[in-house]
Amino acid sequence: MGASQSAGTEHEFQDLADRTGFSLEQIGNINKRFRQLTNNEETLSREDLASIPALDNNPIRAQIINAFFDKRNLHQNETGTVQEIGFEEFLLVMTHFRPAAMGLTEEERENLRREKLRFLFNMHDTDSDGTITLEEYRWVVEELLSKAGIIGQETAKAIADAAMLEVAGTTRGKMEPDEFYEGITFENFLQILKTFDIETRMHVRFLNMDTATLRCGKSK
Amino acid sequence: MPAFSCAFPGYRRDLLVIVFVVFVGIGLHVEASAPAYPSHGTEGSHLTNITNTKKTFPVLAVNYQHVRKPFEIALWILLALLMKLGFHLIPRLSGVVPESCLLIVVGLLVGGLIKVIGEEPPVLDSQLFFLCLLPPIILDAGYFLPIRPFTENVGTILVFAVIGTLWNAFFMGGLLYALCQIESVGLSGVDLLACLLFGSIVSAVDPVAVLAVFEEIHINELVHILVFGESLLNDAVTVVLYNLFDEFSKVGTVTILDVFLGVVCFFVVSLGGILVGAIYGFLAAFTSRFTSHTRVIEPLFVFLYSYMAYLSSEMFHLSGIMALIACGVVMRPYVEANISHKSYTTTKYFLKMWSSVSETLIFIFLGVSTVAGPHAWNWTFVITTVILCLVSRVLGVIGLTFIINKFRIVKLTKKDQFIVAYGGLRGAIAFSLGYLLSNSHKMRNLFLTAIITVIFFTVFVQGMTIRPLVELLAVKKKKESKPSINEEIHTEFLDHLLTGVEGVCGHYGHYHWKEKLNRFNKTYVKRWLIAGENFKEPELIAFYRKMELKQAIMMVESGQLPSALPSTVSMQNIQPRVIPRVSKKQEEEIRRILRSNLQNNKQKMRSRSYSRHTLFDADEEDNVSEVRLRKTKMEMERRVSVMERRMSHYLTVPANRESPRPGVRRVRFESDNQVFSADSVPTVHFEQPSPPSTPDAVSLEEEVPKRPSLKADIEGPRGNASDNHQEELDYQRLARCLSDPGPNKDKEEDNPFMSC
Repeated sequence: MGASQSAGTEHEFQDLADRTGFSLEQIGNINKRFRQLTNNEETLSREDLASIPALDNNPIRAQIINAFFDKRNLHQNETGTVQEIGFEEFLLVMTHFRPAAMGLTEEERENLRREKLRFLFNMHDTDSDGTITLEEYRWVVEELLSKAGIIGQETAKAIADAAMLEVAGTTRGKMEPDEFYEGITFENFLQILKTFDIETRMHVRFLNMDTATLRCGKSK
Repeated sequence: MPAFSCAFPGYRRDLLVIVFVVFVGIGLHVEASAPAYPSHGTEGSHLTNITNTKKTFPVLAVNYQHVRKPFEIALWILLALLMKLGFHLIPRLSGVVPESCLLIVVGLLVGGLIKVIGEEPPVLDSQLFFLCLLPPIILDAGYFLPIRPFTENVGTILVFAVIGTLWNAFFMGGLLYALCQIESVGLSGVDLLACLLFGSIVSAVDPVAVLAVFEEIHINELVHILVFGESLLNDAVTVVLYNLFDEFSKVGTVTILDVFLGVVCFFVVSLGGILVGAIYGFLAAFTSRFTSHTRVIEPLFVFLYSYMAYLSSEMFHLSGIMALIACGVVMRPYVEANISHKSYTTTKYFLKMWSSVSETLIFIFLGVSTVAGPHAWNWTFVITTVILCLVSRVLGVIGLTFIINKFRIVKLTKKDQFIVAYGGLRGAIAFSLGYLLSNSHKMRNLFLTAIITVIFFTVFVQGMTIRPLVELLAVKKKKESKPSINEEIHTEFLDHLLTGVEGVCGHYGHYHWKEKLNRFNKTYVKRWLIAGENFKEPELIAFYRKMELKQAIMMVESGQLPSALPSTVSMQNIQPRVIPRVSKKQEEEIRRILRSNLQNNKQKMRSRSYSRHTLFDADEEDNVSEVRLRKTKMEMERRVSVMERRMSHYLTVPANRESPRPGVRRVRFESDNQVFSADSVPTVHFEQPSPPSTPDAVSLEEEVPKRPSLKADIEGPRGNASDNHQEELDYQRLARCLSDPGPNKDKEEDNPFMSC
C-alpha cells in the first residue's frame, strides 16, 4: 500500500486522520474507493455517484447522492449544495457513519447522537429552513414507497399525515384547533427518535472495503 | 359464607379456599384410585349372583376407572393453574420469588403429600415431557422471536451456543472424571465417557428456565436475546453430544473416526432440523394462502404444521427445537399477511396459554419427581458439580466475549457479560435427558440427583437473586415503547441509507445482503405464499394498516371517542392553509346531482338497509363519471358481502354514539378517512382490510344521520340541501372515498373530504 503513495499524501492523510478520527488504513481504503469512483480525478461529481450500480435499486437514491453535496454536512455553516467535492469532503461525510467507540462519556455519546441525527435531519429538510414541513415529510414517505410500485400517492400522504400528527402530538401535546404546527424542528426530531439507538445503528464497517479491483482492507 | 368472609381479609381467604380445594382434589384422586381394584372384585362376584338374585337398579354408581386417565390429567392441570392463580393473590411474594421457584416448591409439597399417603408419585415422564410439554413453549418462543435483534446478533449467539456448550461439557466432564479418580470420593468406577455424558447433559442452558426468569426482570433486549437465543440454539449441540456419548459409553472405546462422525453429525442435526422446520414453515405459509373462506381453522394450521415439524425432526434424531424455531420464523411473515386479525389474536393467545400451562406443569412435575425419584447422594460429587457449573459458565462467557468483542461493533460490557453468565440456568431438559438414561447405567441415580441439585441451585439461588442484582448493577432495562409510525419510517429510511452508503463505499456488508434477500423475497417468494395481491404491499403500509386497525378496534370497543386518542392534534393543526374550496364547476355538478336525487330520496330512506347496491343503482345514471361509479359498485358489492358476514361476528356497535363536541367529532372523522383511504388506494382488492372498514363503516353510517349540521360547516358551500340530500351526498362521498381516487382531476374533490 505504501508504494503508490507519495510522502506528501501520507502527511495529508495523517492530518485528515487527526481531524476525522479515522485510522490511516481506513483513510487509505476510502481514498482508493474515491479514486475508483472519480476515475482518478481530484473531485467527485454527482454523475460519478449516480453511476454506482449498487444504488440503482435504492428508493432514496437521490437523497443519498444529495447528502454528499449538501453544504450542511460538510461542516460549513452555510446552506445550499456544491457541485463537486474533493476527497476531504467525501471523508467528512463518511465520518457520520463511524461506529461509536467504546468508553465514550455520556456527553460524547450525546454529541455523536446529535451529529448523526443532524445528518438524517438534513436529508429530510430539503429547503434548509430548519424544519421538516408536512410537504417534505410527504416527499420522504413517497420516496420510500416509490419502489413499491402501484401504491400511489394517497397512502403515502396518509402515512405521512399520521406520522406528522404523531410528532405534533408527542411534542406539543394538546393543540387548539386554530394553532398551527409548522413542522418538525431539530429538537422535536431528537425527541421522537429518542428511543432509536442511532449511535449504534448508523454505522458502516470501514474495516474491509473490497473494491472490485483492489484487495484492500485486511489488517496487516 | 358470611362469617368466613368476615374472619379473613380478601386475598388470604381466596388463598385458603384454593388450598382447601387442592387438598380435597388430591384426597379425592388418591382415594378414588385406591379402591379401584377391590371394586373390581365385588363386581365379579356381583355378576355371578346376578342369575340368582335380582339386584336393585343402581341409581347412583361410581365408576372411576372409566374416566381415570383424563380425570387425572385434568386434575393435574387444574392444580397447576390454581397454584399459579394463588401466587398472584399474594402480593409481595410474586415480586420477590420468581414463579418457577414457587411452582417447584408446590411440586415438592404435592409429591411429599402423595408419598405420605402411600401412593407412588408420578415422575416426569420423558416421553410426556419431550412430546407434549416442551413443544408449546418452544413454539411460542420461536413464533414471537424478535427477528431483528436475533439476526443482528446471530454470530454471537451461535458462538455462545455451540462453543460455549462444548466448552462447558468437556470442562465439567473432564474435571469430574479427575475428581472421581481421587480415592476418597469412592466413585472410582466412573469412567471418562460416563462423566462426559453427564457433562453434556448438565451443560446446556435451558430455554424454559431462562424464559421463566428473564420474563420477569425485563432486561434490555441485547442481553435477553443473547441468553435466550443461546438456550434455543444449543439444543443441537446437546442432542449430538448426548447421543454420541451414550453410544460411546455402550461401546466403550472412541476412535478418531467417531469424533469426525460426531462433528458431521452436529452439522447434519442442526442444519437438518432447520431445513425440516423451514419446509414445514413454507407449507404452512402456502396453506394459509387459501384459507380465506375458512377462517376458523387458521390457527390450527399454524399449530399443527409446527408440531409436525417438531415430530418429524425428532423422528430422524434431528434437533426438534431448531426445527420448531425455524418453522415459526419462516412462516410468520407470510401467515400474518394472510390470516385474519381474529385468527392472529387467537393464535397468539393459544400459544401463550399452552406455553404457560406447560411451563407450570413442568416445574410442578420437577418438584414431584424430586420427591419420587430414586436418589444416590454423594456430597463431594454433587457439590463439585454445582461449583463447576458456575465456574465453567463464567470462564466460558468471559473467554468467548473476549474473542467476540473483536468482531462486534457494539461491544459487550462487563455488566452484560455478568448477566449472560449468571443467567445460564439449567432446567427440565437436563432432568429429562438424565431420566432417559437407561436403567442399566450404573451411575444413573447419582447423576439424577446431581442434575436435580444443579437445577434447584440455578433456579432458586440464581433465579431469585438475579432481579436484585440487575437492580444493583443498574443494568439497562428494556425500553417500553409503543410502536410508532415515525420510528417505522425512519427505520426503513435508515436501512436504505445504510445500504446506499455501503454501495458508495463499495462494501458488500450486512445491509447489502439484507437488501438482496428482501428483493428476492419480494419478487419470488411472496408471490407464492401470500394470498391475493397483498404480496406487493410494502412493509410500511402493512405496519400502518395494522396501527389503524388497532386504533379502529380500540374505538369500537370503547364505544366512544377515547380521550387518550393520540391525535390530540388534528389535521387542522398541520394543514390549516388547505381550506376546502370547491370550484365552481364542482359546485354545479353537485347541485345537479342533488336536484336529480330529490325525487328518489324517500325511497332511499326506506331501503336504507346496509346494502349499498340499491343506492347506487339509481345514482349511476346521474353521476358524472359512470366508470368510476361502476368500479365503486363492484367494490362495494364485494365489500358488502364480506361486511355482512363480518358484522355478525364483530363486536356490537352501540347504536347511539354520543359525540359531544364538533371538534372532537371532526378528529374522529379524519381518522376514519385515513382508514378508508389507506385501504382503498391499492386498486387490487383484498378481503382482510374489511375488518377495519367494518367498525368504521358501521360507525360512519350510524353517524351520518346525526351529522348534517356539521357537514354544513365543513363542506361550506353546501347550502340549502336538506338532510336527506346530505345523506345521499355522504353515501356518494363514502363511495368515492372507498374507491380508487382515480386520475388527478378528482383530487380536489377528495381534498375537502380528507383534510378539513
